[in-house]
Amino acid sequence: MTNDQRAVLQATGITKTFGSHAALKNVDIAFQAGEVHALLGENGAGKSTLIKILTGAYSLDQGTIRLDGEEVSFATPLQAQALGIGTVYQEVNLLPNMTVMDNLYIGRQPRRFGLVDRKRMEREARAVLSGYGLDIDVRADLSTFSVAVQQIVAIARAVALSGKVLILDEPTASLDAAEVEKLFDIVRRLKARGLAIVFITHFLDQVFALSDRVTVLRNGQLIGTRAISDINRTEVVKMMLGKDLALHHGEILAEESEVGETLVSLRDYGLKGRVEPINLDIHRGEVIGVAGLLGSGRTEMARLLFGIDTADSGRIAVDGRDATIRSPRDAVALGFGFCPEDRKLDGIFGDLSVRENIVMAMQARLGWFRALTRDEQMEIAGNYIEALDIRTASAELPVKLLSGGNQQKVILARWLATDPRFLILDEPTRGIDVGAHAEIVRVISRLREDGLALVVISSELDEVVSYSSRVVVMRDRAIAAELHGADINVARIVETIASHHAEAEQ
Amino acid sequence: MNRIFKLALCAGVATLVSTAAMAAGMTVGFSQIGSESGWRAAETSVTKQEAEKRGITLKFADAQQKQENQIKAIRGFIAQGVDAILVAPVVATGWEEVLGEAKEAEIPVVLLDRGVEAPQDLYLTSVASDQVKEGRVAGEWLVKTVGDKPCKVVELQGTVGSTPAINRKKGFEEAISGHSNITIARSQTGDFTRAKGKEVMEGFLKAENGGKDICAMYAHNDDMAVGGIQAIKDAGLKPGKDILVVSIDAVPDIFAAMAAGEANATVELTPNMAGPAFDALEAFKKDGKQPEKFIITESKLYTPADNPQGEYEARKGLGY
Amino acid sequence: MRAQSLSHLFSHQVIALAGVLLINWMVFPGFFDVTWKDGRLFGSLIDVINRGAPVAILAIGMTPIIATRGVDLSVGAVMAVAGAVAATFTVAGHPLVVTLAAALAVAIACGLWNGLLIAFLGIQPFVATLVLMVAGRGLAQLITEGSIVTFSDPALIFIGTGSLLGLPMPAVIALLLMLGAHLFVRRTAMGLFIEAIGTNRSAATYTGLRSRSLILAIYAFGGFCAGVAGIIAAADIRGADANNAGLWLELDAILAVVIGGTSLLGGRFSIPLSVLGAIIIQAMNTGILVSGFPPEFNLIVKAGVIMIILILQSARLGEIVAAIRTKNPLGRKTP
Repeated sequence: MTNDQRAVLQATGITKTFGSHAALKNVDIAFQAGEVHALLGENGAGKSTLIKILTGAYSLDQGTIRLDGEEVSFATPLQAQALGIGTVYQEVNLLPNMTVMDNLYIGRQPRRFGLVDRKRMEREARAVLSGYGLDIDVRADLSTFSVAVQQIVAIARAVALSGKVLILDEPTASLDAAEVEKLFDIVRRLKARGLAIVFITHFLDQVFALSDRVTVLRNGQLIGTRAISDINRTEVVKMMLGKDLALHHGEILAEESEVGETLVSLRDYGLKGRVEPINLDIHRGEVIGVAGLLGSGRTEMARLLFGIDTADSGRIAVDGRDATIRSPRDAVALGFGFCPEDRKLDGIFGDLSVRENIVMAMQARLGWFRALTRDEQMEIAGNYIEALDIRTASAELPVKLLSGGNQQKVILARWLATDPRFLILDEPTRGIDVGAHAEIVRVISRLREDGLALVVISSELDEVVSYSSRVVVMRDRAIAAELHGADINVARIVETIASHHAEAEQ
Repeated sequence: MNRIFKLALCAGVATLVSTAAMAAGMTVGFSQIGSESGWRAAETSVTKQEAEKRGITLKFADAQQKQENQIKAIRGFIAQGVDAILVAPVVATGWEEVLGEAKEAEIPVVLLDRGVEAPQDLYLTSVASDQVKEGRVAGEWLVKTVGDKPCKVVELQGTVGSTPAINRKKGFEEAISGHSNITIARSQTGDFTRAKGKEVMEGFLKAENGGKDICAMYAHNDDMAVGGIQAIKDAGLKPGKDILVVSIDAVPDIFAAMAAGEANATVELTPNMAGPAFDALEAFKKDGKQPEKFIITESKLYTPADNPQGEYEARKGLGY
Repeated sequence: MRAQSLSHLFSHQVIALAGVLLINWMVFPGFFDVTWKDGRLFGSLIDVINRGAPVAILAIGMTPIIATRGVDLSVGAVMAVAGAVAATFTVAGHPLVVTLAAALAVAIACGLWNGLLIAFLGIQPFVATLVLMVAGRGLAQLITEGSIVTFSDPALIFIGTGSLLGLPMPAVIALLLMLGAHLFVRRTAMGLFIEAIGTNRSAATYTGLRSRSLILAIYAFGGFCAGVAGIIAAADIRGADANNAGLWLELDAILAVVIGGTSLLGGRFSIPLSVLGAIIIQAMNTGILVSGFPPEFNLIVKAGVIMIILILQSARLGEIVAAIRTKNPLGRKTP
């Protein structure tokens, strides 16, 4: 609860709860005039919740927001905007079918005799944009310009409207290198004019290129705010992933010598723009842990393996035979199973019962006509409810009423019922309670002992270390390194994730 | 200089050609609404027949229920320099401009079957039936047929709120007013369709003591009557005898029913709107005789005495 | 739990039907009179199941479609097409089997067309089926050349007006179709898959379900049902009325499915309850006919009754009632 005298915008003790889930817990953050302040964190860290609170899109449960030392509360984004906080989102939220100058001036057009003075508007729009190094026909439709130009127009509008704090939410996501450079120039100029700039990105390079300070959030909590000069990339990654180098990894459960024969073999297997060609052999009785930051290509690799996206290069062989995987159905036919990252969106059938959710994949494999009888379904569901300790009042309960961890177990049960050879688990422990968490980790180890091949993607590095026979580290949509034996520890993984950025600096 | 001369020559030739065409018989453009009903199809075929009979060249355009298509067609006719234009307008409003263009080109326009809301000087005349009269003729037939005997009538109305339904109901009520022995016991909409006519009549039959209390069925069109007749038969009664059947339109199927003794009377809504229109046009072209502004077609009553089988045969091919 | 929730729903529809029938009896005391006449049952109650049959049949086909978050607006037009094909074939002298096969084949083709647009081209069902809703009627008009094609083949007419064991044929066909479809979806895995796709299409794909083929199949079945309904409608009036056959019935069918408890957002469905929904709608229509109300009130009366039914079965109302019962308004936690 330090009071930062230089802060333009200061938030103290911010807490926000959705239902029983605490999205932000007692977060303090302060933005100073004339600084670029990077806000970092993995998915679910609470970045977007924090931004929505600071811009008035969400109300806060606890805490205070001070603007220029005055306590404020915004009921709507418009109020926040009027008080000086402007936001530019990744998806430019302007009106593409209107002209550039209309977009700049909509809602505040210069008037003359009660009518919009378009001449003056054009003149002023031109002048404003030239201040951003942009010389374009402001009478043309916004949609005729590149995303970069649209981004700058959005910034110009936000600055003109607000002018104290500018929040840039992943502004560089769809820009190329030259455009990013141009954007950075503009940001530096705005900084020089005394704006406080909040910069949200996933690219560590950009954080170090542009920012003065960096704040990291994880699981809704403030991990820390540091000056960029006091910190290096590895430390930032550690803050984001929550790894303390002093914490030693647990015992390595699987020796590589124990693994069975090759089950899935990838050779230059990739999809342009999503995953660079991958070479990887996955063996029976082995767990391959996949680590990497968000956007590193880890989920994309899983989607490719399961046929949700189709590879456009390389080969995949299963049990030594070449295979074609163009759809999840193909993958299922090969004995694959996939627990997706977003359980609610891609995993569970919320309104259907636990029983139906569990038998679904098995029934899909049997086809339309060889229907499992209700008794058979009851038996299968009952077996897995017991084996995986799924906590439900009844097998007939709609699965949406179960807790996240139990839903994850239901999806796992769904695949185990198909007697799979290979399971892909994408963030199997995200957003589930501690107890269920430990159980799922135990299940993973048990399945490996049973001879299944598993690929487990996780941001929980302790967890990855505890069950992986090998760890694949992904970076920039490619496999950056494969860690074996004694190298499988949190420190090594964090170093590998961060190393690329260090190299780039050299 | 040269160009102007050529233009003048062209114009002269064009005038010559059009005069020659007029001598061989008129060219008339006909913008039809579409073919949404059997009656409409019959109107189209009768118009073609009437034109052929008179040696008139008919240019036919189907508007598929769209006014914009009709306006386009009329402009096309004007550009082609036809001698006259027939229009069956799909809606009543929005005609001033295009009719003005026709007037400027000195092409007379005759409205068929429906009126428009436009100044009367924009068209030569309109040919249409009198729907109130149709209802009245049907009612008068019933009054004459039942005499002083008490008679409970069930009425199958057209689509609620439609002009023919309102007018045909009004005419019928006018005819039976003052004859207290005749009462309309039930009245429901059958949407001018056979299926609904049958369904509504089924309901009426149940509601009126299995149909024993019903003396006559009056349907706003023949299609509903045909459906009603089937319902009466299904109820074990004899249409035409146990329950009198009177309706409007005179489509072939009602004559078939009449020939089988299952229908008693129908009032014709003639599909021949073009005949009177051509008559008026020819008189107007010949000696500039202004026809009446509203030409009302005959509402002829047909009964089993009028050779229903013959009428059926004659109308069958018209596209009803 | 599931059986419980279904029986809970079931009671809603039965209560609604009982309510409508009761009102009918109050406005027309002879409503429940059923007599035996010329080898068939005769009475308003019989009219309800006879007249309700086409919409019931449409609703049978519409139920799986709506359960997968789809909708088929073209069924009314497909009815007209099937009727037109049947009429022209029988008039051309083809035997009944050929006539029926042709009409049903065309109807199934219409359904397949919808299914292709939706499952393989990813067009929104509302838009995709709107195409055929408009074009289908035009096609029917083309086949009949704008007029009512009447026919007199007694075998074909029997389908629309005959009776079996005293019951009208349309009702018999609807009943058989309902039982057949219900048993089929519940005895095979179809029902489970339809509910899975309707609940979460993405998860269904991830689970290895053949979503596309299934969607194609159910739209084809929807077309088939529309074809059957179209043949019945034509046979009933002994003619194919391209302009009016099935006009707006797609909306009645959708309403029947909704009254039957299937959500427009997909998921759980019940074919018998949809049929019950169709019967409720028809009971209302027949009630209006025998009541003697002026026709200007038809639509208002209908809308009012439907509103009451839908409000009664809304989940929110159930919560409110439960809250009032426990004297804990709107489920707020007591401090």
